[in-house]
Formats: sequence, C-alpha cells, structure tokens
Amino acid sequence: MLYTPLWKRLLILALCAWGLIASAPNLFYTQVEQHNDAATAIAAASGVATPDQSSQLAKWPEVLPSALVNLGLDLRGGAHLLAEVQVADVYSQRIDSLWPDVRDALRDVRDQVGAVRRMPSVPGVLRVQVSNADQIQVAVAKVAALATPVASLTGVGQKDIEVTAEGAEVVVQLSEPERVATDDRTMQQSLEIVRRRIDAAGTREPTIQRQGADRILIEVPGIGSAQELKALIGTTAKLTFNPVVQQTTNAAADPGPRNSLLPAADEKGLYYIISDEAVVSGEELTDAQPSFDQNGRPAVSFKFNVSGARKFGEYTGAHINEPFAIVLDGAVISAPRINQAITGGSGIITGNFTLEESTNLAVLLRAGALPAKMNFLEERTVGPELGQDSIDAGKKAAVIGILAVGLFMIACYGLFGVFADIALIINMALIFGVLSTIGGTLTLPGIGGIVLTIGMAVDANVLVFERIREELRTQKSAARAIEIGYERAMSAIIDANLTTLITAGVLFFLGAGPVRGFAVTLGVGIITSVFSAIFVTRILVEFWFNWRKPKTIVV
Amino acid sequence: MAWRLRLAPEKTNIDFFKIQWLTFGGSMLLMIFAFIFWGWFGLNYGIDFKGGTTIRTESTQPVDVGAYRKALQGLAIGDVVITEVFDPTFRADQHVAQIRVSSAEADQAVSEEAVGQVQAALTTLDAGIKFPSVETVGPKVSGELVKTSVIAVATTSILIMFYIWMRFEWQFALGAVLALLHDVFITVGIFALFQIKFDLTIIAALLTILGYSINDTVVVFDRLRENLIKYKTMPLKDVMNLSVNETLSRTLMTSLTTLIAVGAMLVFGGDVIRGFSFAIFIGVVLGTYSSVYVAKNIVLMIGLDRTDKPKNGRPSDHEFANIDA
Repeated sequence: MLYTPLWKRLLILALCAWGLIASAPNLFYTQVEQHNDAATAIAAASGVATPDQSSQLAKWPEVLPSALVNLGLDLRGGAHLLAEVQVADVYSQRIDSLWPDVRDALRDVRDQVGAVRRMPSVPGVLRVQVSNADQIQVAVAKVAALATPVASLTGVGQKDIEVTAEGAEVVVQLSEPERVATDDRTMQQSLEIVRRRIDAAGTREPTIQRQGADRILIEVPGIGSAQELKALIGTTAKLTFNPVVQQTTNAAADPGPRNSLLPAADEKGLYYIISDEAVVSGEELTDAQPSFDQNGRPAVSFKFNVSGARKFGEYTGAHINEPFAIVLDGAVISAPRINQAITGGSGIITGNFTLEESTNLAVLLRAGALPAKMNFLEERTVGPELGQDSIDAGKKAAVIGILAVGLFMIACYGLFGVFADIALIINMALIFGVLSTIGGTLTLPGIGGIVLTIGMAVDANVLVFERIREELRTQKSAARAIEIGYERAMSAIIDANLTTLITAGVLFFLGAGPVRGFAVTLGVGIITSVFSAIFVTRILVEFWFNWRKPKTIVV
Repeated sequence: MAWRLRLAPEKTNIDFFKIQWLTFGGSMLLMIFAFIFWGWFGLNYGIDFKGGTTIRTESTQPVDVGAYRKALQGLAIGDVVITEVFDPTFRADQHVAQIRVSSAEADQAVSEEAVGQVQAALTTLDAGIKFPSVETVGPKVSGELVKTSVIAVATTSILIMFYIWMRFEWQFALGAVLALLHDVFITVGIFALFQIKFDLTIIAALLTILGYSINDTVVVFDRLRENLIKYKTMPLKDVMNLSVNETLSRTLMTSLTTLIAVGAMLVFGGDVIRGFSFAIFIGVVLGTYSSVYVAKNIVLMIGLDRTDKPKNGRPSDHEFANIDA
C-alpha cells in the first residue's frame, strides 16, 4: 500500500491550489492591470474614485490576488539607458570654489610669502604660486589649515584636502577619502534628481538603480524612445546668473583669465564674455514655474531662497544699467539689462521659448541641477508593437510546446503520462504564481526559459517512470516498484537539478537585464518542476493506486 | 500489455566503446574544427560585445537592401550592414530589416545624430517605415560584457566541477566538465561557421547548455556509481556500458521532450530569440551525445580507483544515505 501522510498531502494540494490562484491574474493581464492602476489612482486620491476608475476597478474581483508578472522592456516596449556619471566633474567644482578662501588665507601671511597668483592647471587641481619660494612651507601650512574633516563614516579623522609644495607652487587637491565621499554624494544626488525628473513626467513603474561605483540604470516602460528619455534626464540644467563682461560676435574672442566665452542660445553668431564667478546659482532656487512675460510669450518665473535673494539684491543694486547673463548648461539664454535692484528674490527668465520648452525648463529647474554630467553607455529602445509580437510568438511557442510534450508523454507512459502532464500544468501555474508574488520580471529569454522548463520538467518524471519500469521487470509487486522507483530516482534528480540551479545562480549574479530575467525564470522553474514532478505526481499515482487497487501496472 | 511508444528497446546491449575511434575521435576532431572556424571566421559579434547600433525597421513595403544601402551610403557614419529578416511568424505585409552601424572610430559610441540620419534617410525612401527597436551599446560596456561572459562560463564550469567532485569522484568531475566544454565549444564553432549573430542571449544559452548537458551526464554517472557498487568485479568498461544501456531510454526521452519544447520555440518563438533557441537546440543534441559518448570515455581513460570507496562504500538501498550534508 502506498501512503503519504495526510498533512503532507494537504500541504502539497494547498501549494498547488495556491499556484493556480496566484497565477490566475496573468491570464487576464489587461483587466487586472487596469484594476491595479485604478486602485493605485484611487488610493492616491485618498479614496475618491471617478466613475471611469470605478468601472476599471470592477474588472477584477477584490478578493482574488492581483499581483502580476512584470513584463520586461523587451516585451512591454520602452527605453533603457545605462548612464555613467562623470563624478570627477565635481572635484574641479569643489577645488575652484576653494580659490577665494585660499587667496584670503594667503593674504594674511603676505609679508612672508609675497604675492599670490593662481596658475593654470588640470581640472581638479588648484595651483597657487607665491613669489617667495623659500617661504613655501608657511603657505602650505596656512592653506592646509583650511582643511575640514571628511564627512563620511569610512573617512573619519581624515582631512578633505591634500596640500603639497612643488617648487614655488602650493598644490591643492581633494584627498582620497574625500573623493570617495564626494563620489557617493554625487551618485546619491544624481539618482535622486533623475528619479524626480522621471516622476515629474508621470511615466509608470520606472526602474532607476545604481550600478557599480558610478553608473545608473534607467528603464522606463512605455516611453517612445531612448532619445526622449535622454532629453528628460540628460540635460544637467545648471543655471547660473553671471556678470556680463562684454558682448561680441567674434567666436574666437579671447575671454581673458577666469572669464568664459559663451554662445547666445537664441541668436546665432552672438557671444557673451561672462565672468566665471556666478552671482547666484540654480541651487538657490526654491521654485520655478512656467509663465508668460508682459508680451504674452512663454517664460519661466522663479523664486530664490533667502541667501540667494540677498546676493541677487545686492548685486543688482550695485550694477544698475549693466547687463547680466542667465546661463543654462553653457549657453546664455538671455542677458537682460538691470533696470533696478531686484530685492524680492523672484524674477522671470525670458527667451525664445515655446510653451513646451518653458514647461520643461521649469520642471528641470525645480528638480534641481544634476551635480555632474552623465555619459550614456548603452541605449535601447523597444517599440510596443515589437514587444507584443514577441509576447504572441512566445505564447504560441509555449502552448505548442506544452501540447506536443504532453501528447508525447501520454504516448510513452499512458496513464502515468497523464499524471506527468497534470504536474506539468501545475508547474506552469507555480512558475507564474511565484514570479507574480516575488515581483519577478518576465523577459523574452525568460519566456525561452519557461519553454525550456516544459521540456526539462518532465525529466524528473521520466527518470521515475523508467525506474519503475525497471523495477517491475525484476518481478516486484506494483506498489513496491512505485515506491522504489521514486526512491532510487531521487539521487539522480537532485544531482541533475542542483547543477542546473548552479548555472541559474551564476547567470543571476553576472547577468543583467533580459539575461537576469532568464536566470530567475530558469531557477524558479527548476525548483517548481522538482516539486511538481516528485510530490504532485506521487500523490496522483497514490490516489489512483489506492482507488483502483490494480494487481499489475503498466508504465 | 498496453501500447507504448518506445524510443529504445526494453533491453539494449550496445557496446558504446566499440566504435570509440569514430565517436570520441570524431568529437575531438569536431572540437579542433570548431577552434579553426572560430579562429578563421571569427564570431559575428552583436553590438553587446562589439559596440555600435542596431536599428530594426519594419514596413509594409518589401525590403530592398540595395536601395537601403544606397540611401545610407552618403552618410558620414561608420560601417553599415543591412540584413533582411525573414520569419514564419511574420504577417504577409510585414517586412523587417536589421541595420547595424559600427562606430567610425573604434573606441567611440555611435552618436545620436548618426542614428537620426539613418532614420531620416530611410524615412525619405519609405514614408511608412517604422523603427520598432533601436539599440546602442558603447565600447566601454561591450568590453566589460565580454569579460563578464568569460567569467560566467568559467565560474559555472568550476562550480559544477566542484559539485560533481563532492558527490562523485574527481575523475567524474573532470570527465563531466570536459564533456561540457566539448558541447560549448562545438556550439560556438557552429556559430562561427554560419556567422550567426553572437550576443548576450547566446551566452545565456551557452550557460543553459552547461546546465542541461550536466543534467544528462549526471544521470549516467549516478547509475554508474550505483552499478560500481553492485558489480564490484566487472571491468570498468563493462559497467559503463551497462549503465549507459540501462539509462538509454531515459536519456533519449528527456532529450526528445526538451527538443520538442525548444523546437517549438525555434519555429514559433519569433526571430528576436531565434539565435538563443538555436544555440539551445544544438546544445541539447550535443549534450545528449556527449553524455553517452564523451564524458565516460574520459573517466575510462583516466581510470578509476575502485579498491577504496569511502564515498560509496556502504551498499545502501537508499542513495540518500550517502549525502555528505
């Protein structure tokens, strides 16, 4: 007599039932998705539902699980970007902002070190020449006193800058722990800003992840192209207000030390020479909104915080009738003349904007500037039609695969083949149930993995059935043969599947995107297939055997 | 007795070593050929590994590769390769082409403008053309992907070798992994010979082949381990033959069910994952072959020390009594 304890049987049946219920929403993907979207929208509106939302909510009963398998970009369509943040950009900004302090510090010891001059240098390194080279150590000590402790857990007790002497020059650069801490801050800030910009555009379920030391992976389903996505996040939106030195049409004009020659954004051939020392920068904005100027043209109005407003007020008060430049990402978008001191801390940027441009600019300014430039290492766009085609093809392949394998199993093993087929269907349900519950992502290679699992899932059953056949040949009783068949096939099943699981594990840890999706489905498929092949068929066989009590069996 | 489809007779007694010179020798020869193809033709690396851009076009107008090429000739972009894509799953008026642009400078990514130029030029040619997918991979990432892939294949092989070593004997581990590498290299050789696009999903397929092929080999080894205890005095070669014969029916069954499923994916799964399906299909065939004809030959060549067997020493009804965990 074959016998599995009752609690075990109940547990197995409960798991099967769970698999069937948890995978069910995926059969009604569109309805459930609309239901979920409506539920989220209603929750966001604190319980208030429009009639439209209520009807969508009613498309799927509340009592049933509503978790769905996420569709990867290659199936849903959308854009994928891998961006590398130029973290080193921030070093030079930091070092440049040190210069006024260094100058003031050295001025205090002028009688010892003599005249101080900033020398040209590579970005991220500040070189200051003193005229009394023999007093260089005094200057180094004075500058080194400006250092502050590194603000990070790993860099405790270390200084943020390194000051060394090279001949008559004091060389200042960021220390190694400070660079690490700065990189980390830059990455955090970039991630946050990218997230805010994408959220502002209102796309659904974007993935924004940090990858490695200086990379950000951005995946946005449903967006038209990678170009659109780049336009949304790619601009640094670095806004500064700088004094104008001179206006020129000469593109090769020499701007002079610590000035820059920048093109005008709206007029070809016009250039401005501006001072590099910004009066106020975009970080001090508290708000930016699209608006219109007095002529009804699109513009952006902005507000400064208290310190920004004070600086802006002082500067404009002292420079009435001079132009100043509004610089955005290395181009002068406008250079109005100051008519009076602007003390209220708010103003308006006019330029040749379209309404869309002014709206975008306002969004970008509100979200804040990216701390550093981003390079895009990888861009992928998949259109929604191609994704749908892939889903259709994958579905077709899976259905045909299941039918063919199912018929083949029945042809080879008769009734036992039917048991194996039932286990195969439960296996499919379990895969989707698990993937939905853990929020796994289904990619095109993932569908491939599932189809492959169909073929491999019956393997464990084949092993068992073949073993039962062998045992039957040695004149054992039917019950004993089944018993031994399951027992003896076990070691081969475990060894064979564990090695495949190793492969899935390696793929998961080393792969990215679609390949990782494949690894997840393969891994889940292996576990569920072993469960369904060993336990599910076993209780099916037992149930049949105890019911019919056959004297002999044919496998 | 009820009718059953049988892939192998109930009891076979094939001497799998009889034509060893042909099977094992043939495998070695194929390996050598695979390396020659690989070295000679090189692999048709996709942008994942080489960097560059691929643009997929779709139109209701038939694809005229010549006209496409002409339209793109004047553009100052890098190398352009245009291939028309055929697939049984396409609708009658669905014409698809794949355009690959390599960067003009080896270490530069294909610029956004270049992609825009290609799209504009093709739209002039065929106003209804659509671009369902555009992918660009920079050289920095592609270099890393090559490295990661090699690490992945190596790590998997080492882990599998280690596992087999723990569960069986070191000779088995070596035999199994050499058989695996045989499968992987011949598959790569076939990709080189037919110049099929080799991208990241193919690496996933190769790793899957590793997993599948080891599966088959392990089943044969498992039986071998069992029979070695049962027939302590039978020559190793005979025990091996017996084990393969006993598991032959199962080996063929599993390979066939897997091939049926993968075959369905190969035919109906669409052109986007055709390369992936193809690699797995070949891998399954090779994996079955190598677990019957390659893995155990290597074990036989190395020889097995059968005098002292602490791992399998206890004759046990229940194999699990031996798990060292």
